[in-house]
Amino acid sequence: MEKFRFLLSGSGGQGVITMAILLAEAAVLYEGRVAVQSQSYGPEARGGATRSDVIIADEPILFPKVSQPNVLVTLTNEAAGKYMPLIRPGGMCLYDSDLVQPSRRIDAILKGIPMHRAVMEKFGKSQALNICVLGALVTLTGAVHMEAIEKVLAARFKPAFHAANSAALALGAELARPLVEHS
Amino acid sequence: MSSQICFVQGNEACVRGALYAGVRFFAGYPITPSTEIAEHLAEQLPRVGGKFVQMEDEIASMCAVCGASLAGFKAMTATSGPGFSLKQEALGYAIMAEIPCVVVDVQRGGPSTGLPTECSQGDLMQARWGAHGDHSIIALTASSIQDVFSTTVEAFNMAETYRTPVILLFDEVIGHMREKLEIPEQGVLPVVERLHTEVRAGVNYHPYLPREDGRLPMSDFGGVHRYNVTGLHHDIWGFPTQNADQVSKLNYHLYDKIENREHLLARWKEYYLDDAEQVIISYGSSARSCRQLVENRHHKGDRIGLLELQTLWPFPAKLVREKTARAKSIFVVEMNMGQLAAQVKPIVVNPDRVFRVNRVDGQLITPTDIGQVMRVIEGRGF
Repeated sequence: MEKFRFLLSGSGGQGVITMAILLAEAAVLYEGRVAVQSQSYGPEARGGATRSDVIIADEPILFPKVSQPNVLVTLTNEAAGKYMPLIRPGGMCLYDSDLVQPSRRIDAILKGIPMHRAVMEKFGKSQALNICVLGALVTLTGAVHMEAIEKVLAARFKPAFHAANSAALALGAELARPLVEHS
Repeated sequence: MSSQICFVQGNEACVRGALYAGVRFFAGYPITPSTEIAEHLAEQLPRVGGKFVQMEDEIASMCAVCGASLAGFKAMTATSGPGFSLKQEALGYAIMAEIPCVVVDVQRGGPSTGLPTECSQGDLMQARWGAHGDHSIIALTASSIQDVFSTTVEAFNMAETYRTPVILLFDEVIGHMREKLEIPEQGVLPVVERLHTEVRAGVNYHPYLPREDGRLPMSDFGGVHRYNVTGLHHDIWGFPTQNADQVSKLNYHLYDKIENREHLLARWKEYYLDDAEQVIISYGSSARSCRQLVENRHHKGDRIGLLELQTLWPFPAKLVREKTARAKSIFVVEMNMGQLAAQVKPIVVNPDRVFRVNRVDGQLITPTDIGQVMRVIEGRGF
């Protein structure tokens, strides 16, 4: 199967690292694949640029960081400016179309979705943004099955959050579906 | 119960390993990037009847660990650079009083508070010589989440076997990275239990009187025997002595019990060393980058190999000398300014062919970084 090199970025507090953990954990525990998740962040608890790398492959992963992502997710302009130049030629960039004005000079397939706005309209708060992004990301890349993400969400979170998480995941998938390219 | 598969951070793998080995006491003061060790043990220790104490600082934590261990518990603490500095005095006490314990240092950028969230391997010499006076120490490391687990179990085993503090020298990348961990069933990995004295209650117990095999059986402090523990040079009763003969004997005992077992304590992994002309020596997270480079070049037909050290102290000099005997050049890759390279250079056949490959900016050294230095050394340009 395809080797995925994800670079997920945003600002502290947006849930970028949680999203990365859920994605990698789904691949390892429910798809039997090899995955490594790592992160870099500043000393602040909120704000500041956050980045988390996820590699999903079928062979041992040695160097655990992503230097050239084939999939970039970016939820802030700051992160977009920093990480878009790293995308592998022909790679994909999923960004929030309200929060990010992406550079058009990059050789990448741009997928802009107003995820933050959609989450605010549906839930009235932005906590589930990362789950929504995950729904869109999995729909666009097919890196893992949606059922694997659902299993991770069910196993990791308290039952009180299950309904909201499933709704946010479905919302992301629904927003991304028109952008999926059929080859 | 069969083996359990999970997806965890290095810090959590360390906790799982410690619990597997039977840790029952943790005292610490949270510090990035080691905090998750305290966090997980705070949750897990009470469930197995253990005690977790968040102390006022690192000094008190290390002292509490000494006390808990003497009282009969397998005990540990976890910290990072600045906290490791503070623990050194009590660490020296544990070495002198021969108190088994495990001290985790998840290395971050230094000196001082440095780079809390970024990686470094700069505490190698502090682990060796952070405490004053002649002494010896055991320090282990790992480069994968699975190895963090098994190395932690080994650390407790070595601490109990040799009655000494053992340092686990991880780094931020390994501590925070998540990977698959397969926890074996209890009993699969050997676990060394505390050696208790057979001296009965009411009979004099000598805490520092070795058995025939050299080991010192312990009696839980505060239990049935009364004895003295001190950081001063002491006799077999544990009372202070200035008797030159006893002082000298104790110094040699503390040093030799570890240094003379270099071959027994050496843990390592090797890749393609048999016919390697270029040998890379590394450890911890930087060994992953080295292995990536070695795998790539080996498939292209290069005669290149990797020696990944898991025991850092006592430095496995004989092993390194043997494994590099036929090497035309040796590259020591680490995220400091050459602390391990300084150990390698004097003991290899051709010290002039030992080269340092370092990175000290808080970022994980990459296979490209290593390859570039090697190209320059090989005269192939930058």
